[in-house]
Amino acid sequence: MPKSSNFEMSRRNLLLGTATSVALGAVWRKAYAQGSADNAARAPVVASEAPSLGQVSIRVNGVQHDLAVDTRMTLLDALREHLHLTGTKKGCDHGQCGACTVIVDGRRINSCLTLAVMHQGDDVTTIEGLGTPEHMHPMQAAFVEYDGYQCGYCTSGQICSAVAVLDEVKSGIPSHVTDDLNADPQLTNIELRERMSGNICRCGAYSNIAEAIAEVAGRPT
Amino acid sequence: MKPFTYERAKSPAEAAASAARIDGAKFVAGGTNLLDLMKLQIETPKHLIDVNGLSLDRIEPTPDGGLRIGALVRNTDLAADRRIRRDYALLSRALLAGASGQLRNKATTAGNLLQRTRCPYFCDTNQPCNKRQPGSGCAAVDGINRQHAVIGSSDSCIATNPSDMAVAMRVLDATVETVRPDGGTRKISIADLHRLPGDTPQIETTLARGELITGVTLPKPLGGTHIYRKVRDRASYAFALVSVGAIVHRDGTGRVAVGGIAHKPWRVEAAEAEMPRGTKAVAARLLDGAKPAKENAFKLTLVERTLGAVLTAAKG
Repeated sequence: MPKSSNFEMSRRNLLLGTATSVALGAVWRKAYAQGSADNAARAPVVASEAPSLGQVSIRVNGVQHDLAVDTRMTLLDALREHLHLTGTKKGCDHGQCGACTVIVDGRRINSCLTLAVMHQGDDVTTIEGLGTPEHMHPMQAAFVEYDGYQCGYCTSGQICSAVAVLDEVKSGIPSHVTDDLNADPQLTNIELRERMSGNICRCGAYSNIAEAIAEVAGRPT
Repeated sequence: MKPFTYERAKSPAEAAASAARIDGAKFVAGGTNLLDLMKLQIETPKHLIDVNGLSLDRIEPTPDGGLRIGALVRNTDLAADRRIRRDYALLSRALLAGASGQLRNKATTAGNLLQRTRCPYFCDTNQPCNKRQPGSGCAAVDGINRQHAVIGSSDSCIATNPSDMAVAMRVLDATVETVRPDGGTRKISIADLHRLPGDTPQIETTLARGELITGVTLPKPLGGTHIYRKVRDRASYAFALVSVGAIVHRDGTGRVAVGGIAHKPWRVEAAEAEMPRGTKAVAARLLDGAKPAKENAFKLTLVERTLGAVLTAAKG
């Protein structure tokens, strides 16, 4: 079947790419920490393609960080590998699944498709910054109440995206399914589904996710 | 990803000069397409020039009643701008039909114009592709080509331009403004920005080495009914098989461009003259010279039917 062979190819590339970036990240971090030429030499790069370092000051969940990162490091990898904020997940690593969604300067983005060095002075909120197990954000509480997940891998991205979606509707940003571009959009179920289309849930918890978000949207603030 | 050095540009002219001087340099703005391709080693820049710090993120009125959109205006902000929604609804609709909320928050106006094709053979380094590796051949011509171009293509390349926004800008007769490495500026009609593939599909635009897009200007509003109809394999977050952008006036005259069928937004002014005569007449002119591939002749029918739906909807 032509379609499935296409998928196989891209999945193979995807897995290769992910493995390479994880391996590089780990080896480089170790080499950087220990200053060991031996470890650095294990990285699959040749001398003429030596990694380049960049500096970035970034605020994450209210805490300022000054990082020295490989210029290739995505914001996602910086959050997970440097800051150990592993709530943000790496799914496809190509902006297709939304598991890596974080909120930067009030806007939801795919943290896998942006470089850490491009975020000088930015303010990042991850799932860890929205709430804690003891003091959950209303959206986290609603996902628990409505069972808005099964395996949970996409959940932090879903929740970050959902929090930002409510802000987008409040600030009057229209969507593909908004009937009247000149009226304020309403958060109907069809609006919600369109706006959340960048977050894939392989377990198919969509209807519960939609109910959780509608619950939060309906609460007086 | 291949290693690269990185700089934050201080001014548009310096960015352009830097891009012309440094071998293998590329601009990065939203990065949503470039980073994706760098991970697959389809793009392997040696140096990245981050233009996000340049103050090109405003939408301002022009003296002749139009709007100037800064190159760094994000797709979300452009689609949501009150003036765009009111006077250039076609552009809002096209933007909102593209990508996901997360991607639109990052993707910029200039970056959207310069995004690369989503041809699966271009995106697979195991396959020949004249666009990615000139002279290596085209795997799509005899391959899985349901998504590909039906008009304006060549034996070298049958890739399509994936942008929705560019289709709307083509209908609106937008003008692209640039700065060159020597600091000089120029204006390029959107019609002349994107090239047909010919024998050099690797050259996608008429921009010179180092030339940086600084903004896009829209002429004064045209009025009329604005419709963007996108047909795709799923209802959201997918590229167009076919899309039709149109502005239709009460007397039945208007403008139309089609996405998903060529290496550039496809607009034929002679076809627009047929609009009062109806769908079949417009489609015949618009698709004159079409050369579908093995699996995508359906796009010719789909264009005609989508166009018919758009013209019917425009009558209200």
